[in-house]
Amino acid sequence: MLLTGKADTKIMIETIIFYVFAVATVTSACAVVTVRNPVHAVLFLVLTFFTSAVIWMTLEAEFLAISLVLVYVGAVMVLFIFVVMMLDINIARMREGFVRYLPLGLAVAAIMLLMMLSVVTSDVFVLDVGSEPVHTADYSNTKELGAVLYTQYVLAFEIAAVILLVAIIAAISLTMRKRAKTKYQSPSAQMKVRKGDRLRIVKMPSSEEG
Amino acid sequence: MLAKLNYYLKSFLFLELLKGMNVTGRYFFRRKITVQYPEEKTPISPRFRGLHALRRYANGEERCIACKLCEAVCPALAITIESEQREDGTRRTTRYDIDLFKCIYCGFCEEACPVDSIVETNIFEYHFENRGENIMTKKQLLEIGDKYESQLAADRAADAPYR
Amino acid sequence: MDFLVSIWEWLHEYVQYTIYNGVKVVIILVPLFVVVAYYTLAERKVIGYMQIRKGPNRVGPKGLLQPFADMFKLMFKEIIIPTNSNRYLFIIAPIITFAPAMAAWAVIPFNDTLVFADINAGLLYILAMTSIGVYGVIIAGWASNSKYALLGAMRSAAQIVAYEIAMGFALVGVLMVGGSLNLGELVAKQAGGIGHWFFIPLLPLFFVYLISGVAETNRAPFDVAEGESEIVAGFHVEYSGMTFAVFFLAEYANMILIGMLCSLLFFGGWLSPVPELAGDSIGWLFGKTAVFMLLFLWFRATFPRYRYDQIMRLGWKVLLPVTIFWLTVEGVAVYFKVPPWFS
Repeated sequence: MLLTGKADTKIMIETIIFYVFAVATVTSACAVVTVRNPVHAVLFLVLTFFTSAVIWMTLEAEFLAISLVLVYVGAVMVLFIFVVMMLDINIARMREGFVRYLPLGLAVAAIMLLMMLSVVTSDVFVLDVGSEPVHTADYSNTKELGAVLYTQYVLAFEIAAVILLVAIIAAISLTMRKRAKTKYQSPSAQMKVRKGDRLRIVKMPSSEEG
Repeated sequence: MLAKLNYYLKSFLFLELLKGMNVTGRYFFRRKITVQYPEEKTPISPRFRGLHALRRYANGEERCIACKLCEAVCPALAITIESEQREDGTRRTTRYDIDLFKCIYCGFCEEACPVDSIVETNIFEYHFENRGENIMTKKQLLEIGDKYESQLAADRAADAPYR
Repeated sequence: MDFLVSIWEWLHEYVQYTIYNGVKVVIILVPLFVVVAYYTLAERKVIGYMQIRKGPNRVGPKGLLQPFADMFKLMFKEIIIPTNSNRYLFIIAPIITFAPAMAAWAVIPFNDTLVFADINAGLLYILAMTSIGVYGVIIAGWASNSKYALLGAMRSAAQIVAYEIAMGFALVGVLMVGGSLNLGELVAKQAGGIGHWFFIPLLPLFFVYLISGVAETNRAPFDVAEGESEIVAGFHVEYSGMTFAVFFLAEYANMILIGMLCSLLFFGGWLSPVPELAGDSIGWLFGKTAVFMLLFLWFRATFPRYRYDQIMRLGWKVLLPVTIFWLTVEGVAVYFKVPPWFS
């Protein structure tokens, strides 16, 4: 082995990575709610997702981390940004009701803070710091997760899937309406068209000479 | 029913796509038609309309009689002619300028000329490096005519049967 | 030599660690750049030949130095930043496209031992990385402050979301046969000659993957994001010089990546088709990848561009049902352990 590195080198690097990305996560999460431009806010949200995925990765939860990037960064946020870019948001008008909604906002913030504190300080959700699991070399996070998901939690998993399916169907049925005045093209109908449907060759006798 | 099946079979077997790729695939091996320009050149018709020239008769007398028909017919107003009587009593041009930026190379001047004086050569590779070089003077035009006389005469002769 | 060794040992562990991995990165990326450079030349040559032209042949013998000429031209061109554009995002956008395209190569195995990072969820990692690349396109379109660029970005976003799903489902099929997310293990599962390769049981999924791969990389006939005849150059209208070159580099690196994934996941990677006659080697992998790379060019020379609504129809109404149907078929096959692939 070319590397003379010991185990503590690895831990050191992991610690550095953790702090770099933790700072990035917190900063970008703050930026999400403070920046004026909604597109920038969405982009900061993407950054938050990405950096938190890296932190999950340092916790050896690589499947969850990559799924977070794949699903949230790769698909959900793309749609988000798609919508936000399309909107023509008037920033001046958005700031109008700031004072009026301030009490409500503060109330929500206070409730959320209380909830967080109750979770962090309670005995029920105590963090089991002492027993960090030690894995063998062929340990696969993905396999473990799948095994649990499809045995112990299979009912909850399937129910979640069905709820999502219902949501999809609901969204589609809400948006699927034929507007009478809009003209549509149907690619499949266009593709099925044959020459005989559109073209009629008429045989005409040529006019007599002279 | 059968048409529908046929349609599905056709689209899922990529038949039409393969047909298209077959065509491009065959053309890949065809002989290439690229003309490597400075080394290879496409043949030029004797009727080609390139840079202008003023011709002379075989005895060295310039053909142009300053009739100004070319100036009159030029759709781009590219030709400017001034004329004067020469000592021997003939009417000759003192100035014959063609602005090559204005010229559209339509060949009307050539057609209008009663004495075959102004002609268009088959030179198309020329350029200007300074302002003002785009104006071809009488002297320059005559020089071009003298230099390419044999080519010009041959081109006229080749085209003569069709006139 | 002893001197070098002593220097190496004198270095701090962190520095050693960084250098060691940095060298590995360079070993992967430098050949990749060379291949990308010559892939651009190959594209112009192949398309030229298919249009019975000769293609570029002036710079160097047979035009072989053309990529360098292009590179130097792009390097010395001015980078124009449009007025009222978002400066930072405008510059960051090509980097966001470029970085994931390079990062995805980290988990690609070149043979059973030669891999930069042999992580368990390798396939998922590649999917995640390639899906980040779309942000570069979207941000570029938005930051340019140009109507054409924004239209290109919108088209690209919708297209990538649609095809990502079909692509993901096609790969789920591979996972079901292979029983692993690790690319090396997936290839190892295909050992035993051409009959064991995954493309036979997964033929529909392979085609879905190839088509979505072409769409993911914004290549013809799915290049509506660029659509030079409709929206000039789409998301990169306003880009010039090096910023444009970086987009270009990322696109070609992605094409090579898709080609390599096709050969790894469906065509046995570095495995020999007839192991009795010829042994497994990295050459097989490169050969198979080259075939897919050629296909990309061939497609571009052959097919006219899809209309936007046709792309959406193909993605949602054709590819997705096909994958779901075939996953069901495959599930049944896996349950009954149909040999030789599912046993």
